[in-house]
Amino acid sequence: MPLETDFPQGYEKRDFRVVGKRPVRPDGIDKVTGRARFGADTVAPGMLHGAILRSPHAHARIKSIDTAKAEALEGVKAVVTRDDFPIHDAVKEDRGLLDILVNCMAREKALYDGHAVAAVAATDKITARKALKLIEVEYEVLGHVIDEDLAMAPDAPILHDDLGYDYGKGKPSNVAGRTEIGHGDVDAGFAAADRVVERSFKTGAAHQGYIEPHACLANIGADGRGELWCCTQGHFMVRDTVTQLLGMDVSNLRVTASEIGGGFGGKTAVFIEPVAVALSRKAGKPVKIVMDRHEVFRATGPTASASLWVKVGAKADGTITAADALLKYQGGAFQGSPVDMGAMAAFACYNLENVRAVGYDIVTNRPKQAAYRAPGAPMAAFAVESVMTELADALGIDPIDFRLKNAARDHSKSSYGPTYNEIGLVETLEAAKATEHYNSPLGPNQGRGVACGFWFNFGGQTAVTLNVNLDGTAALSVGTPDIGGSRASMCAMAAEELGIDYDDIYAIIGDTASLGYNDVTDGSRATFASGLATIQAARQVKERMCARAARIWGIPEDAVKWEGGAAVPSGPNAGDHAPLSFRDIAKMAGETGGPIAGHHEISAEGAGPSFATHIVDAEIDRETGRIDVKRYTVVQDAGKAVHPAYVEGQFQGGAVQGIGWALNEEYIYSDKGVLENAGFLDYRVPVASDLPMIETVIVEKPNPGHPYGVRGVGETSIVPPMGAIANAVSAAAKVRATEIPMSPPRMLKLLRENESAAKAAE
Amino acid sequence: MTKTHVTTTINGDTVEYLCDPQETLLDVLRDRLGMTGSKEGCGTGDCGACTVTVDGEIVCSCLMLGAEAEGRTIGTIEGMAEGEMLHPLQRKFLDHAALQCGICTPGILVAARTLLERNPEPSETEVRYWLAGNLCRCTGYDKIVRAVMDAAEEMRGRNHAA
Repeated sequence: MPLETDFPQGYEKRDFRVVGKRPVRPDGIDKVTGRARFGADTVAPGMLHGAILRSPHAHARIKSIDTAKAEALEGVKAVVTRDDFPIHDAVKEDRGLLDILVNCMAREKALYDGHAVAAVAATDKITARKALKLIEVEYEVLGHVIDEDLAMAPDAPILHDDLGYDYGKGKPSNVAGRTEIGHGDVDAGFAAADRVVERSFKTGAAHQGYIEPHACLANIGADGRGELWCCTQGHFMVRDTVTQLLGMDVSNLRVTASEIGGGFGGKTAVFIEPVAVALSRKAGKPVKIVMDRHEVFRATGPTASASLWVKVGAKADGTITAADALLKYQGGAFQGSPVDMGAMAAFACYNLENVRAVGYDIVTNRPKQAAYRAPGAPMAAFAVESVMTELADALGIDPIDFRLKNAARDHSKSSYGPTYNEIGLVETLEAAKATEHYNSPLGPNQGRGVACGFWFNFGGQTAVTLNVNLDGTAALSVGTPDIGGSRASMCAMAAEELGIDYDDIYAIIGDTASLGYNDVTDGSRATFASGLATIQAARQVKERMCARAARIWGIPEDAVKWEGGAAVPSGPNAGDHAPLSFRDIAKMAGETGGPIAGHHEISAEGAGPSFATHIVDAEIDRETGRIDVKRYTVVQDAGKAVHPAYVEGQFQGGAVQGIGWALNEEYIYSDKGVLENAGFLDYRVPVASDLPMIETVIVEKPNPGHPYGVRGVGETSIVPPMGAIANAVSAAAKVRATEIPMSPPRMLKLLRENESAAKAAE
Repeated sequence: MTKTHVTTTINGDTVEYLCDPQETLLDVLRDRLGMTGSKEGCGTGDCGACTVTVDGEIVCSCLMLGAEAEGRTIGTIEGMAEGEMLHPLQRKFLDHAALQCGICTPGILVAARTLLERNPEPSETEVRYWLAGNLCRCTGYDKIVRAVMDAAEEMRGRNHAA
């Protein structure tokens, strides 16, 4: 039996003992009793409180910063500004790192309302806040731009003098990049179409809206070494980014990920962590920074807003002949909007001969965007799925049948290049069509919409360790912060593989000194990639246990195999020995060669995309323009649902975030470029009374790239909602909604304009 | 600044503390008493993560001053289980996977307990409206509502039996 098995470890059909059940999560008791420690829930002896001064202007030159009065205030121990963040060599060579540094602390210019300008550390929160008011900043206010279309105009205020020369014809512009995907000949395809639909759309910038604000505690010693505790989706990323920004050796900072109160992509970046470390270094004391909600909205990353155009043509029988899209995403004050992923995801659900998607990455005077659940895909899908349904309607074809006719299938070539392996889109469409929901009657002023969605899914760098304890239990250390119950899935997979009880595994998130590098929890990768590595580490444990049994029995290692949770003799010359259980061998580890552990390090491939089909019934109040979601069903391929309750939870949570984005959520700016709704009262996320139950159907089409067939499930669920809801609303309102959020004022305006147009036509 | 001396009752225990007049009850619970089960999600009473009970009424502890707790009876998430015995709501939240990240969970549990004390048989709509002041961004509320209704049913059964 080889000690190392090569990956990718392919799928093998099997009967599961633990996987697929719904056990209580290992961190559950802590989370229902208030014992779990989140980002803001820790302290250190002698700790100071940090606070950050933020620009009140959307775009301004920072002429001077005078911190003398703040420094003189009793209780203030350190003040930092741009002067405390020199540009180290590693940053100089990397535009992405430089952008992060500038975003964490403004240099020559404040680029958005809320941009950090200075920070203080003081003995208590009240003193820290008082000190901020004593910092004198002289600004020269500049013209600003918020909207992606306006930012592309020739006379738009320019954010960066060194950006966008390609688009600006030799002069700087706000267009940071262009992307194009596709194949075939779209012009020829449209010429062959019997019917063509094209439309333009706009989507607002939505915030991830995690309930836990960013928080961290930095503790740097006089020797330059230290620790950082923070809520993050990736503590290895935090360590590497912070040390590079501040010119520290990577090994001099140990980062521990706290329990994390939601992320959805928004905690895959650093904002306050480098500032806290710089303050702690300067003050020589631990410094804690906790954002307030206004700061979260103003200064962390919402997703991009978008301006979109989509054109699709089809034959009378419903066969699509060509599809084309132009996507313009603004990602705030720095390059890097997710328009590339939007372009790739736009037509990923369809098997197309002629397809093209062009995207522009645009900078504006808004906070630097961060990933938000399937970053870039929901906006593109909103536009594409709206046009698909309009085209199906125009051809008189049922929207699910239209999608089935054109759906991406096993081994078809994707619109963005690669050829799919085995995928489950058709299965979700067929399951959706068979639901009672899809076949139920609608009430007055109601419409039904469907839409499909896709997400790539990701594997990435992953390392886990599995330590066997003397009583036959095991401690599993993974490096992907658990945002939604993934530790339960890890325990289930380890128990499945080892043949021991779920409750005998205890999973934790290891710190950056205890494990090899792990990419952040993103791309729906944790259960897939950490699960893959966990299974492999468990297999290594079994191999080592077999070796111990061989030693105890005095027979060759290859005469022992693992079966039913125990080492048993195998083969003609093995002899007759009673099986040694996991527990037996664990107990004897000390006398038979020392501790038994398994570990695995991998750059995981074969994540396998996940597809979904959503069905929604929406009702419009014609007097107020308010939309009510009356019924909602998510049908999604999970490959294999390791813990079905948490898979359903991902389906439901993503759908409801999509509902919020579709109906209410958006960043609203004043004419001065100041964010006007930087709080949960005015940035309204869905509340319990807004919603129906979210029905779920888990489709399981095994992922050939995972031993148990698992696919990531976290992100796909936010891709279809906006298109599905727009289709439902358009059916109910009898006019096509092309701007989201479809908030009451916007819907009322659309209804009134439509009535006026109808009257004028009479 | 002169601090205020406060004597109050928290989860059945008499507690004394000194606080700044501008400190909220949430600040006092978290920073002075080390009771970090109540969470600050917004500081403006919009998210409900800091929900506690004050003399039996649910309150956003970020909207009340620490000094106002004088002579009152406060209940927090830390007082919900009795030793190792979880409250039925706590158990049902685990059984139904009614939490993902868990940051909103303490506030929702405290609010839901108060609902069931007043209305042992709430409808789905009543649960949804009672919890409308508690934001959850992970779950879409589906499993939370089911867990509350299931806990209510179990508690009704237990009360009948007794």
